[in-house]
Amino acid sequence: MSDARPPEGARTEVRRTEAIPLTTPLLQTDGLSVEFPVHRGILRREVARLRAVHRVSVEIGAGEVLGIVGESGCGKTTLGRAMVGLVETSAGTLRVEGRDVAALSPDERRQLTRDVQMVFQDPFASLNPRKRIRQILEVPFEVHGLAGGAERETRIRELVDLVGLAPEHLDRWPHELSGGQRQRVGIARALALNPKVVVLDEPLSALDMSIQSQVLNLLVDLQERLGLSYVFISHDLSIVEYLCDTVAVMYLGRVVETAPAAALFASPRHPYTQALLDAVPNPVPRRERPGRPLEGDVPSLLHAPTGCSFHTRCPLAEARCRASVPELRVIDTTGLHQAACHLL
Amino acid sequence: MSADPLLEIDGLVTSFKTPRGTLRAVDGVSLSVARGQTVCIAGESGCGKSVTALSVMGLLPDVARVESGAIRFNGVDVLTLPAAERRGLRGRALAMIFQEPMTALNPVQAIGRQIAEVFAIHGTAGRREAREKVLALLRQVKIPDPERRYDEYPHQMSGGMKQRVMIAMALANRPELLIADEPTTALDVTIQAQVLHLLRELQRELGTGIVFVTHDLAVVAEIADRVVVMYGGRVVEQGGVLDVLEHPAHPYTIGLLAARPRPGQTRHAGHRLDVIPGTVPSPLVRIDGCRYQARCPRVQARCRTEVPALVRVAQGDAHAAACHFPDGGLA
Repeated sequence: MSDARPPEGARTEVRRTEAIPLTTPLLQTDGLSVEFPVHRGILRREVARLRAVHRVSVEIGAGEVLGIVGESGCGKTTLGRAMVGLVETSAGTLRVEGRDVAALSPDERRQLTRDVQMVFQDPFASLNPRKRIRQILEVPFEVHGLAGGAERETRIRELVDLVGLAPEHLDRWPHELSGGQRQRVGIARALALNPKVVVLDEPLSALDMSIQSQVLNLLVDLQERLGLSYVFISHDLSIVEYLCDTVAVMYLGRVVETAPAAALFASPRHPYTQALLDAVPNPVPRRERPGRPLEGDVPSLLHAPTGCSFHTRCPLAEARCRASVPELRVIDTTGLHQAACHLL
Repeated sequence: MSADPLLEIDGLVTSFKTPRGTLRAVDGVSLSVARGQTVCIAGESGCGKSVTALSVMGLLPDVARVESGAIRFNGVDVLTLPAAERRGLRGRALAMIFQEPMTALNPVQAIGRQIAEVFAIHGTAGRREAREKVLALLRQVKIPDPERRYDEYPHQMSGGMKQRVMIAMALANRPELLIADEPTTALDVTIQAQVLHLLRELQRELGTGIVFVTHDLAVVAEIADRVVVMYGGRVVEQGGVLDVLEHPAHPYTIGLLAARPRPGQTRHAGHRLDVIPGTVPSPLVRIDGCRYQARCPRVQARCRTEVPALVRVAQGDAHAAACHFPDGGLA
């Protein structure tokens, strides 16, 4: 029972109109799970499976920005990696433009992966230090056997221009660029094959304060100019509120609340979301100090609590919270605000 | 301002020898901290905030040295003290916590004994007494089940717990001044809130002065009484936290605050974030005049020749900015 799929509600509407291609989500996960084996002992026997992502259903329409937020270990990065096919899923389906990725032939799959690209958190680790920027940007074309010779060079020059770099940067090495410039290269590489969806995994968090807004404005411009959809994975809630249309809050591998960004930030309903928003340092100084913060640590995924995984820290937890897993269900009249809490 | 500050840094210059020449990481920094007060040093990587903190502690790496200036602690310039006396201050009257509690703790020693070492070094408690004191400290920093935790190793603890252990260790000898270098940067936001709350509580209890180094102006807003904003090794603005964050005077502070979305701001409402153009200049490059000139929207000829002095920008308090053309200037 605890593992039942999230209830209908918001999704019934989508499902009814599924026949009309325009309203098919560009990217959709349906009960998606990712498990990692845990090995112990000298024989490295598999002793357990760690559920990093557990039955997550989210969707993104054309030109939309979906924010995925949560603290370390909540599964947000693994979910992002599953969306671009970097990790195997153990259950559920991933659909791109309505097509189940698992059901495709390798060739079709390769086609599809062009449509969903990724930008990584650390621009120092995600660029090959032994390749010049030009070679780094050639890789996507080589892998997919696209645009050779002069056409490729034209395309690469367009890309660097698009992300605000100069043609002379093409002959530089990654170590010669600043963090902000490297992240621009990472973005250019993701855009090389004209994707429809870009998964951005903490793209700003390795950058200095004064550089973050430069890159954030670039992401906004590119999205508007190219009509891109973003999956924006972040722990920085101020930026998520600023950028995203819809937000999914994750805790220990599950989505505990999802809503349009405005609704989520104005009236968070899940106790965890409330605690998370309360914990964000407020940039407007207050003479009054905030009250007591949430207690305790995030439990280990290997010893995930029974029932609601948040009950060990929840100020409102009751007996039923320890006994059964709450389902994600619609909690408002628009059908767009969902939360997984027994008390709502 | 208190007439008798706990810590007074006066014209501090700290330089590093590098293969490409000597660079001044801290270039004439002055600030003071009163008893029971929290002063945040805020700025981006390379601005000299951590080097200022390490200069106070006397924990600079071998390639670095204090060139000039004074660091007075309770009126005594610690730079003139013999090494042994200075060592006696560290871990006793002066203590420090670091950004990475994972690397600052000894991985092969149980945490209880690591904390007890602080008493052994300073001879402030005997063996049996030390254990009781450590347990009391673990309770004080709100570590649940301290008897069990006493014998645990760092890898068995979460990041937040390890930072609490660091805080317990720093507070063991009831320091007068605690230097905290980005102590919550590596932590999740709910854990960060716990640690900030704990520091405020302990400060109220013990009256410790705190120097809190951070890159995050929202954290400054939460914890600081006063804030010192640094850029390129120099102080560009300082004052009470409300004054600086609500009425910033230096274009850099103004730029940093405008580059972050405020609660409720969304791009759909037409808000576009301000941008500070360019990047921080390399400290190896000699720049005449103001170090912020290449990125400043207000730059004029004078900024390229004359280093701006830190001058008061508001009457009646200690709000000052190092800018020829500050906002709300008195000139």
